[in-house]
Formats: sequence, structure tokens, C-alpha cells
Amino acid sequence: MKDIEMDQLFQDRIDRGEVIEPRDWMPEKYRKTHIRQISQHAHSEIVGMLPEGNWITRAPTLRRKVALLAKVQDEAGHGLYLYSAAETLGISRDELFHQLHTGKAKYSSIFNYPTLSWADMGAIGWLVDGAAIINQVMLTRTSYGPYARAMVKICKEESFHQRQGFEIMMILCNGTEVQKQMAQDAFNRWWWPSLMMFGPPDAESTHTEQSMKWKIKLKTNDELRQQMVDITVEQAKVLGLTVPDPDLKWNEERGHYDFGKIDWDEFWQVVKGYGPCNKERINARNKAWDEGAWVREAAIVYADKQAAAKDLSIAV
Amino acid sequence: MSKEWPIWEVFIRSKNGLDHRHVGSLHATDSTMALENARDVYTRRQEGVSIWVVESINIAASNPDNSDALFDPAIDKAYRHPTFYKMPKEVKHI
Ligand SMILES: [Fe+2]
Ligand SMILES: [Fe+2]
Repeated sequence: MKDIEMDQLFQDRIDRGEVIEPRDWMPEKYRKTHIRQISQHAHSEIVGMLPEGNWITRAPTLRRKVALLAKVQDEAGHGLYLYSAAETLGISRDELFHQLHTGKAKYSSIFNYPTLSWADMGAIGWLVDGAAIINQVMLTRTSYGPYARAMVKICKEESFHQRQGFEIMMILCNGTEVQKQMAQDAFNRWWWPSLMMFGPPDAESTHTEQSMKWKIKLKTNDELRQQMVDITVEQAKVLGLTVPDPDLKWNEERGHYDFGKIDWDEFWQVVKGYGPCNKERINARNKAWDEGAWVREAAIVYADKQAAAKDLSIAV
Repeated sequence: MSKEWPIWEVFIRSKNGLDHRHVGSLHATDSTMALENARDVYTRRQEGVSIWVVESINIAASNPDNSDALFDPAIDKAYRHPTFYKMPKEVKHI
């Protein structure tokens, strides 16, 4: 069969709502796009541990510490679910890490911002995990089976992340004037980058059309972003925080909030590697990988020796 | 040396009375490590009471290209289902 016919049959399957599984035939571009998207997502979970890991030892109470520790551990789990989904498409784990460590692969640029105060743990859980949830809930219905199943598991775990963040904000907002200012400051710094998490505007997004056709994406970047704004503005009211956007206004006609212009120059700067922490993040990942090399090697040697000893005892 | 740890498929029984179900995969050097990693990666919230791990290369899988030949013959065998047999209304418990 010609490629064009195969492509059409494949598209028909997707249009019928069928789920694609690893050993099914798929267009090379579908495979590549998925490897790129799933691995980017996996890298984001892994790199995303760094800004929060930074505060585990300085959590203000034991309750906060166990919660943050559990959240960061979950993010490691999310990375692992996603790496294993990417591997079903025929790429090795080592290659995926290699792409991250050499800067060939991207991860969510939100994690290139620093975590300056404890309130940032609140803002990240509330806003960054909040944005991730909006995106991930959509992805539970994506066309590639292993990716969709990983998303279902991840979504079950995310809600606690967002709630523990909101709770941190709530306590600060009901605290002293200084604590409230801390919360507002964190909100000011994380608001815009959180909106950028949904990616460039639809008019400039190069992948959107094909991704929608293949049901890798079911809503556009701008639709998801609007959803985030509408939900979060109401939550900010409960906290008594001011959204750092003078143009924010309820639009009765649209039934949505209008919001100000996003600084896309900043977004592209960070994506291209010039954000405040890009270098630090990649260096941290490389350091962990390099310093873990002896452990990876020793574990293999140990397993081989154990297997050899077992063979020997069977032979005897 | 850069040898990748083998991939293991993980199956979890969520509670006694239910089957083990495939939940994903992970890397480990041997079955002991695979079980330990599976515990940490896939059962952080009491998702299971029992774990199976199988090295992926030991799983034989049917080829989706042969699905028609394998599974279509069952399509026209309605007589394998109870609804194929019409029972009179007055016959109960059958
Ligand atoms: Fe996550
Ligand atoms: Fe999360």
C-alpha cells in the first residue's frame, strides 16, 4: 500500500476515536511528534523537581516538609511514567537523557525561573500545577494509548499538588502583613510565566493544526490559557490577592476574562536558553547523571555476578 | 561503559480478588530491583497488594498486522453466546 493510503487509513482510525497502541502502524511523523512531546513532558517533570527541591530542607513545618517531599517524589514518578511511554515508540531511555543533557530536547520553560521565597512553593503548586492539570486533563483523551494512560495516572496525583500549594498561599494570605506581601510577590512573579506554559498564541503555533488532527491536542493553546485565567482569577479573589494585570477585565459578552498582552519576547528568550536558571537546571541534571554513573555501572556488574553465581549453582 | 539497564513490565493486583493488570514499565538490573522500583514508582498510594515484574524481552506479543487473521474468525460465531439460543418465556433460571 502506498504511504498516502496508509496515512489516510491511519487518520480514519483517529477520526473514529480509536486509540493507537505501540505496535500499530503509524506515520513516521506521528511517531516523531509523540517522542518529542512525551519526552518534553517527561523532562519537564524531572527538571520541575529542582525549583521545589530547593525548599524541602527549609520548609517551615514538618507538615509542609512531608507534603513537599511527597509532591516532588510524585513529579519523579510522573517523569518515569512518561519516559516509559516514550520508550514504547522505539527510543531508548539513555537517548532521551542524552537529548536533555545536551540541550537538544526542551522542557517547560517555567522551571527556568528561580524560587526565591517559601511563598513560591505555594505559587508553584497553585499556578504551575494548576496549569499543568488543565493541559493534562485534556491529554487523558489523546490518541496514543500509553501517553493517555500515563496522563490518567498523573492527573489522579496532581490534585493534591495544587491543593497543598493553594493551602500555603491561603495561610500566608491570612497571616501577617509581611506574609501577605510574600504571597503577593510570589503571585506577581509566577502569574505571567504560568500563562506562558500553554505555549505561543494559536496564530504563531507551528504544531497546533497537525496536533489537533492527530488528537495529540484537543484544545488550542489559547483556549487552554483562557480556561486557566477564568479559573485562577476567581481563586485569587478568595485569597485576596491582586492579579498583576491592569488590563484584566470580565467580558460579559464573551463570558470570559479579557487579559493583558503576554510578553512573548521574554518567553522566547527563556525557551532559547537565556532565562534566569536555564544553565543551573541543565548543570544540575548533568551533575546528577555524571555522579550517578558509577552506581549504574556497579549495579549491572553486581546483577551479572549474581546471575553467573546462580547459573553455576544450577550447573553443579 | 554505558550499558542501559533492561526494561521490565510491571503488573499490579490492586486488591485480592482482582487480576494483576499492566501499569507500565521501568528499568532495573534484576528482578529484586525491579520489584523495589515498581513499589516506589507505581504504588505510592496503596495502588496494590501484589506486584509482578517481567523483563520486557521475555514477553511475546501478537502482531497487530495479523489481527484480522487472529481475531476476525470469532466475529461470525454468534452461537458461542447465550443470546443465540431463544428460550420460551416461561422457562426460568436459564
Ligand atoms: Fe507532575
Ligand atoms: Fe505536579
